Amino acid sequence: MSAKQFEIKSYPDMWESLGMDVARFEKARCVLGDAFQTTFLSQENRPQRMDYFNWLISEMHGGRIREILDAKKEGRPVIGTFCVYIPEELVIAAGGICIGLCGGSQGPVPDAEKILPRNICPMVKSAYGFKAAKICPYFQAVDFVYGETTCDAKKKTWEILNREVPTYVMEIPQMKRERDRTLWLEEVKDFKAQIEKGTGKTITADAISDAIKIMNNKRKALQRLNRLQHHIPSPISGKDVLLIEQIAFYDDPVRFTEKVNLLCDELDERVSKGVSVAPASAPRVLVSGTPMAMPNWKAHNLVEKAGGIVVNDESCIGTRYFKDLMDENMTDIESQLKALTDRYMKIDCSCFTPNDERVDQVLKEYRDSGSQGILHYCLQFCHTYNIEAIKIKEACEKNGIPFLAIESDYSPEDIGQMQTRIEAFLEQIKG
Amino acid sequence: MVVGVDLGSRTIKVAAVEGGRLAAFKIAESGYDPHRQSLEMIRDYRPGKIVATGYGRHLAKRHFADDVITEIKAHATGARYFFSDCRTILDVGGQDTKVIALDQIGRVQNFQMNDKCAAGTGRFLEIMAASLGYSLSEFGTAAMRGMNDVRISNMCTVFAESEVISLKNHGAAPADIAKAVHISVIERLIAMLARIGYGDSVVFTGGVAKNPAAVNLLKERLGVNILVPDPPDIVGALGAALYGEDGTTAALTDNKS
Ligand code: SF4
Ligand code: SF4
Repeated sequence: MSAKQFEIKSYPDMWESLGMDVARFEKARCVLGDAFQTTFLSQENRPQRMDYFNWLISEMHGGRIREILDAKKEGRPVIGTFCVYIPEELVIAAGGICIGLCGGSQGPVPDAEKILPRNICPMVKSAYGFKAAKICPYFQAVDFVYGETTCDAKKKTWEILNREVPTYVMEIPQMKRERDRTLWLEEVKDFKAQIEKGTGKTITADAISDAIKIMNNKRKALQRLNRLQHHIPSPISGKDVLLIEQIAFYDDPVRFTEKVNLLCDELDERVSKGVSVAPASAPRVLVSGTPMAMPNWKAHNLVEKAGGIVVNDESCIGTRYFKDLMDENMTDIESQLKALTDRYMKIDCSCFTPNDERVDQVLKEYRDSGSQGILHYCLQFCHTYNIEAIKIKEACEKNGIPFLAIESDYSPEDIGQMQTRIEAFLEQIKG
Repeated sequence: MVVGVDLGSRTIKVAAVEGGRLAAFKIAESGYDPHRQSLEMIRDYRPGKIVATGYGRHLAKRHFADDVITEIKAHATGARYFFSDCRTILDVGGQDTKVIALDQIGRVQNFQMNDKCAAGTGRFLEIMAASLGYSLSEFGTAAMRGMNDVRISNMCTVFAESEVISLKNHGAAPADIAKAVHISVIERLIAMLARIGYGDSVVFTGGVAKNPAAVNLLKERLGVNILVPDPPDIVGALGAALYGEDGTTAALTDNKS
């Protein structure tokens, strides 16, 4: 696709039928298209097979929505989620589609602030605002939303969101003792029951087995991409990997896996030919912290604009989403759900206490990725990640790892400041 | 000759360096057209190379500068010119405040910058001075005379300003309020320093380091030696120029002798 022609495709009739504010969405579509152009398509020497992901972005509010609506016609459930703790396996086993609805855009924040307090996480405000202003086709298309109790901003917003769209809530424990695992297992059973209630069909063990394989394959593909990203010099930009990881929350999992693997084949080839997107001397940065929902590309973009490269992302859009696989050998539902619990309870989210395994995981990924510094990115008012940054910082000091903590929201106001900090951080790495 | 230009939000500083020595410097308001203003200031020097730093560095790079470095690195480099073994720098400028920790050979080890708001910056002092009817230099001198009778508890510029006005209306002596304002800024700075850690001396740079009350209070409350370069506000420009001269910072450790 020629770089000049990029636009996010317009489907006004479909949007109309979804009850969206079409006039407003039309503007947002153009802004997003331009931002995508300048942030992504302007990169030099991008892998060719990023074309699929470009295409998906251009069809993000059209073709993909059409697929989802078609699935709905067939009676397949479509469920919106906000956390990697909601097991996609069960949605897939029910023949359904799971969509990550986290908001990463400043656009709908003022809509949210008409109701929600201003001093809460921008991700929550953005997501809520998308629904309130009716400018997200995914939000309009879902049958219901399944939230969770990870943080205060989210769990209390679900009560308000429930007025706009049916919103169920999964209790996520805050500790990881045996009784917490038992509790979560019960919650997962409720989740399964809720899906079954919607479709009128029970989810079978066979279907779960298949779904586990689908998700494992998806995670393996992302792991492979992550390993390739670690190569010095990197065959792909951190920005592009971020984009792919964001798309992982929208796309059909089987097709997505295939496309990521095809891209990885190309990257393998690049590595063997020594083709890269940045010189080997470019400072290598690991990003850690709160997830960056589409289209939040701020930190990665600033690092790479300043001549660095992001070689690993530890957040829930990054490795935390795909680092753990699931046991595929269970044949009855009870043991499958137990295996599910084992896998999901490894997620090292800062909402848990204690959560020291995250510190170890960050250090491990730092070494594995050949990074030279850790950029801790925290969304404003996310207390758990913000406070946990203290421990990451201390671990960095102990290990002589350059560390920079940034707290930011989605507004463009702090870009100048962030840019200075990130440039200074890269200077620090270069010594 | 290499010239360093520090394009700050309020003032532009220019320093010319020859053979590792500060040869000349200039300071002026940024004005409406910082690009033109900078060129005007540089004109007499005929530099072989220009390195820009500060808030407007990328603008400068687009128009006239050969290279850019951040304020952080520029201050690290410039501070070592004056104090060859310093490890901690506190820079309080118009809108930015930063604390920089250096390792033994002068490389940046860690740094902190203030948030978006004006609290703990020169701007905060300026606004409070204006609401008391002082010029900036009178403000510092007044604070030197002030007693510890009143306190400013708000860090937000808007709230602090109404606090100042209400203290004034309640009859507090302007000098005492001036002192309280200074103390509130210094406490903010000390908190930033504490996050990074500091040794037995701190290099204090930026326009606010010209304010005697700020220097004294910092010394008193921090309990360490406060080193103020002369002049304190060209350290960034100087650092940029020195960086331009040899491309690295490491060779600068001996510049003081
Ligand atoms: S950061 Fe925590 S709350 Fe957010 S998606 Fe990840 S696991 Fe869920
Ligand atoms: S980033 Fe933090 S505050 Fe925001 S939704 Fe996630 S856990 Fe909650």
